[in-house]
Amino acid sequence: MTAAPLVSIEDLTVQFRTDRGWTTAVEGVSFDVAEGDCVGVVGESGSGKSVTALSMLRLHARGTSRFARGAVRYAGQDLLRAPERNLRKIRGRDIAMVFQDPMSSLNPVLSICDQISETLRLHQGMSRPAARQRAIELLDLVRISDAARRVDEYPHRLSGGMRQRVMIAIAIACRPRLLIADEPTTALDVTIQAQILELLRDLRAELGMAVMLISHDLGVIAEFAKRVIVMYAGRIVEDAPVDVLFNAPRHPYTEGLMASMPALEGGTERLYAIPGRIPDPDEPIAGCRFGPRCAHIKPICQAAVPELLAIGATHRVRCTPRTRSLGVS
Amino acid sequence: MAGDVLVEVRDLDMAFKIKGQRGQPAMLHVLHKLNFDIGRGETLGLVGESGSGKSTAGRILVGLFEPTGGSVKLFGRSITGPDRRTNLADVRSRLQFVFQDPHAALNPRLRVGDSIAEPIDIAGTMSRRDRGERVKELLEMVGLPRDSAERFPHEFSGGQRQRIVIARALALAPGFIVCDEPVSALDVSMQAQIINLLMDLQTRFGLSYLFIAHDLAVVRAVTHRVAVMYAGALVEVAPKNALYDKPQHPYTQALLDAVPRPNPARARPPVIGGEVPSLLTPPPGCRFHTRCPHAMPRCRVDVPVLRETEPGRQTACHLYDTDTSSRAQRGIS
Repeated sequence: MTAAPLVSIEDLTVQFRTDRGWTTAVEGVSFDVAEGDCVGVVGESGSGKSVTALSMLRLHARGTSRFARGAVRYAGQDLLRAPERNLRKIRGRDIAMVFQDPMSSLNPVLSICDQISETLRLHQGMSRPAARQRAIELLDLVRISDAARRVDEYPHRLSGGMRQRVMIAIAIACRPRLLIADEPTTALDVTIQAQILELLRDLRAELGMAVMLISHDLGVIAEFAKRVIVMYAGRIVEDAPVDVLFNAPRHPYTEGLMASMPALEGGTERLYAIPGRIPDPDEPIAGCRFGPRCAHIKPICQAAVPELLAIGATHRVRCTPRTRSLGVS
Repeated sequence: MAGDVLVEVRDLDMAFKIKGQRGQPAMLHVLHKLNFDIGRGETLGLVGESGSGKSTAGRILVGLFEPTGGSVKLFGRSITGPDRRTNLADVRSRLQFVFQDPHAALNPRLRVGDSIAEPIDIAGTMSRRDRGERVKELLEMVGLPRDSAERFPHEFSGGQRQRIVIARALALAPGFIVCDEPVSALDVSMQAQIINLLMDLQTRFGLSYLFIAHDLAVVRAVTHRVAVMYAGALVEVAPKNALYDKPQHPYTQALLDAVPRPNPARARPPVIGGEVPSLLTPPPGCRFHTRCPHAMPRCRVDVPVLRETEPGRQTACHLYDTDTSSRAQRGIS
């Protein structure tokens, strides 16, 4: 990551309007995505992983959310403050997104051809016949057999896996530099999930785009990402290369998450369960938000919010006792 | 399985009436000749992808659907055939169901205590005072504070709500509980808590579970034996460790290979292509032959039958037919 990053997220802080005022869903999130990078973001519900992704393209409903601090820098602009018309040129062309549920993301009354062509006609000014031809090529690219016939079908005729392939075809139509995939395989069966992950891996290699994959599943992250960001209760708690994270996690939450995963291989001893529950976003917690569930809590953890500190060139951890013991503060 | 069979399923068939082409009534066969037993104190895992029929099987076992063929015996009483109604009425209080989504399974306008006591009220066997005591006892069993009875479901997190659903399932001291994806709606850190709770309750009360899930790792953690379904039929039934360590059916193998592991260094096995066939137009012969890397000519014609391949385990695959044992050797490891 020596060259200038493709996208740089700095101190992103997102709030939502609730009955009790503004609630902070994401706080102080900072990371870079390099050209061709393959970043995994993992976390449980309410960790802020999807909110972070949506913020990068400013896709939240206006009026009920606001960016309290921070910036998302892309091509010399701050996407959080850029005019809407600039964003419209970036969305789907430079940065594209694939969502969890392919059924609610596709328009049921438009054919597959119409939906893929929309992006091409809008961003690349293609004619109808040219866009149709390109749509067929794209369906081929996402390994949909008999593409020339399938292109005229409607979403309800396709299985969940096929719909997700169509979503991916739409996302890569304009050869984006970054593809954000938010739980792209969560709604799919495990054999179909394996197919889609393989497709994303192949496309990333073929097209040279960066991919940011968001998932709650550590297995999916381990098999896909090169670098992993772990989020908990709206903050990044750990950021490391994938092999480092899985072999030597430093944050107690990352450790707990891995220990509580039932294993497919080997023994079947009692599962480790992280005690307590995920806090509500506006629940007052002094210091570290993982503190009340942490097996290693110390007084210092409650005194101040720990900072996300670098403990190596590519490894960051938000845990005061751990970073201090490593001589970083 | 220690002799004592609680659930006995023989040649179970299920078909639903649906609207077919041009609105003509058609039959959708969702279950084909299922055979399995569940012993006292045993957990049988039922795994398979969406549409494999695992939830339908679970619903039949608690009497929610009447099967179109075959027989089901619960606690030695047949809930199929002419005595279905009387026998079902007799065993009903010993059967319970835990659903996937704890948000939808609780009435948002009922206090938690009233939800938990609903089975007791329907059975009508308890005085007002005993009822209150029992609710508190149940809350304690599932690890919730005794005063939760007065609160409403929205005050609880997903994991806690699933505890409430489990408390309600325990209200009449059942012997057999069907758990249909009980932890799939929960976060990883909450899943472990609920899985441990279900296992503790089993040890304490000698419960039998049918544990339906798509997550193979979760199934390994909670079950004793596992039955694998594909497109409405059982393809393999085996003790847990045997199944996971040495799967016999090519589909079981493919399913296990496809699960992503939290190990970035793993050499990924080849990905199996294709999709689950439509139940309206199932392929002839073995339903898996369209995706099977070991398919032989006879797999396209003959339907394989679930038969014993090793003591205590059964597989429905022509690779394991005795006359083709040489094929089994070079088949799957």
